[in-house]
Amino acid sequence: MSFVESFVQIDGCKTRLLRGGQGAPLLYLHGANGVTGIQPFMLKLAERFDVWIPEHPGFGQSDEPDWLENIHDLAYYYLNFMRHHQLSGAHVLGSSIGGWLALEIAVRDTSRIKTLSLIGPSGIRTPGVVPGDVFLWSPEQRIRNTFHDQTLADRMLASPPSPEQQEILLKNRFTFARLAWEPRLHDPKLHKWISRIDVPTQIIWGEQDKILPVGAAQAFREAMPQASIAVVPDCGHLPQSERPDQFCDVLFKFLSGK
Amino acid sequence: MQVILFHLMPYADLDLQKSSAYDTVWMKLPNALFDPVKGHQLYNRFLDELEYGETLGWDGVAVNEHHQTAYGIMPSPIVTASALARRTTRAKIAILGSALPLREHPLTIAEEHAMIDVITGGRLISGFVRGIGAEYHTFGVNPTFSHDRFHEAHDLIVRAWTDPGPFSFQGKHYNVSYVNLWPRPFQRPHPPIWIPSQGSKETIDWASHPDRRYTYLQTFSPAKAVEKYLNLYRETARGAGYEPGDHQLGWAVPVYVGASDEAARREAKPHFEIFRNRFLKMPFEMLLPPGYTSRESLRGIAAAKGSLSGDITLEKAVELGMFLCGSASTVCEMLESYWRDMRFGNLLTMCQFGTLPEDMTRANMERFARDVLPAIKALGTEKAEALATA
Repeated sequence: MSFVESFVQIDGCKTRLLRGGQGAPLLYLHGANGVTGIQPFMLKLAERFDVWIPEHPGFGQSDEPDWLENIHDLAYYYLNFMRHHQLSGAHVLGSSIGGWLALEIAVRDTSRIKTLSLIGPSGIRTPGVVPGDVFLWSPEQRIRNTFHDQTLADRMLASPPSPEQQEILLKNRFTFARLAWEPRLHDPKLHKWISRIDVPTQIIWGEQDKILPVGAAQAFREAMPQASIAVVPDCGHLPQSERPDQFCDVLFKFLSGK
Repeated sequence: MQVILFHLMPYADLDLQKSSAYDTVWMKLPNALFDPVKGHQLYNRFLDELEYGETLGWDGVAVNEHHQTAYGIMPSPIVTASALARRTTRAKIAILGSALPLREHPLTIAEEHAMIDVITGGRLISGFVRGIGAEYHTFGVNPTFSHDRFHEAHDLIVRAWTDPGPFSFQGKHYNVSYVNLWPRPFQRPHPPIWIPSQGSKETIDWASHPDRRYTYLQTFSPAKAVEKYLNLYRETARGAGYEPGDHQLGWAVPVYVGASDEAARREAKPHFEIFRNRFLKMPFEMLLPPGYTSRESLRGIAAAKGSLSGDITLEKAVELGMFLCGSASTVCEMLESYWRDMRFGNLLTMCQFGTLPEDMTRANMERFARDVLPAIKALGTEKAEALATA
């Protein structure tokens, strides 16, 4: 099972795309760290779905278009992306700021979307729950605060980025700041129309998430009462990376029969 | 040479023991550590020092803007410049500088500067800066738009000062249906615009442009860096087709004059080192948020990161030309030597730094004014040229 890399040109922007697997389309929207490679959870997804993993404009090897000023620009881009590729009945899976992006896409138009799955998503105001200040943390703090299992952090820290990787890190960080600096990691107006989302929704959260604490799920519970919420124990901000088996169990249970 | 007395107005009475629990005095040092009674004394003391500067013979006085930090308690230089406007009569008043991107409405900066310019009968020098990285964390202004907002705000302010109102302004960040400034500034076409910087090619390209020819000030940098960037300004201007005047270049540097070299170093050491190693210091991520500086510059800076956050001794700072400290004749020689290399037309001396107390600050100022200032002021004039070639 392998993923094929291609580059697509939409809205004057070249975007890198990894695609693999068979079945109904599943669109994975990455978070601030970008797409670092093919991870075990992606391979598991590809066993059941036709998995689409684009690198958002502004990240990785994709272009940095002038029109990219905020999350809404990315949402419109992806509506065009889905139309361009004639995706329909897509399962959208968004992680972290990719989850916020998924919400912004869905609140506008769910006609090409079958289900919405969000992993530790940002996007709405979370009263009483303050996100970790990712922009003040050092690179080492960021890595340590991403995972509950510190051996994963140790492993990442043991292999410092190459100059090329460092370039990508700086680029991703720039775009992430452009999208999420202020209001920090949310759109204060999104909650007003979030009820427009009319597709089955699941929210998966790592119980020990230090970046977007699990308490934030309460705000989502209120904003999206129809959504099912699953908490993965002994897990930080990226359940799909840290606990791929448990993550896939939870996800597949939700997606099966939909 | 134009010599200006520059003040940062630090919270000099900071409880150093309590604040040592925090890695920086910027942003999150609890404001419970600011005592308004001490603040009252400090503000008035510092304003007295600046007014005393006019009395002693400085050509101008300068204030600046920093927010939510013990490093400087002037979040509004407009307030301090206004306090000085009516208590000085001759000295230029320099705001170095207003942080354009931090304001919602740049027109308020245009208005405030215009008012001070009119009240003083044209003594204002308008400095424009982007604000320091920490202030983007503090205010929530997106640092990836810092340059954009700065340039657009600058354009709006200059047009507000010079284009007949009312006119409308539609930009990416600022939109105003009626720009119609009352008052218009006193100076024509507008107060001189000065650009303080820690060293940036982009800033130099922009400031030296023939349409602008703004005075560029290198601040708090080793002498080698000052020379490099002032020369870069000259080369850039020549490349654009004109020879810049010395008045377009400036250097801002802390200064301490003692009775002897040894006395100067001994007296200044604890206060300078607190300024440099305690008040000035902040973590890398706070100083340089994403987009604040270009990724190209960031690459170079990240490599030098170790030395950025390291402590500097007084001796090292003097050796690097970041601090002029010694007897009057030593300081005079240092300045003349640097001037011969760099030919700046503006010198900004900071005579109070960190915890330096009032009596020592005044003694510093008096020695400088009596034994250094006359010689330095003469630099760049025909008389100095004649003496040099004699």
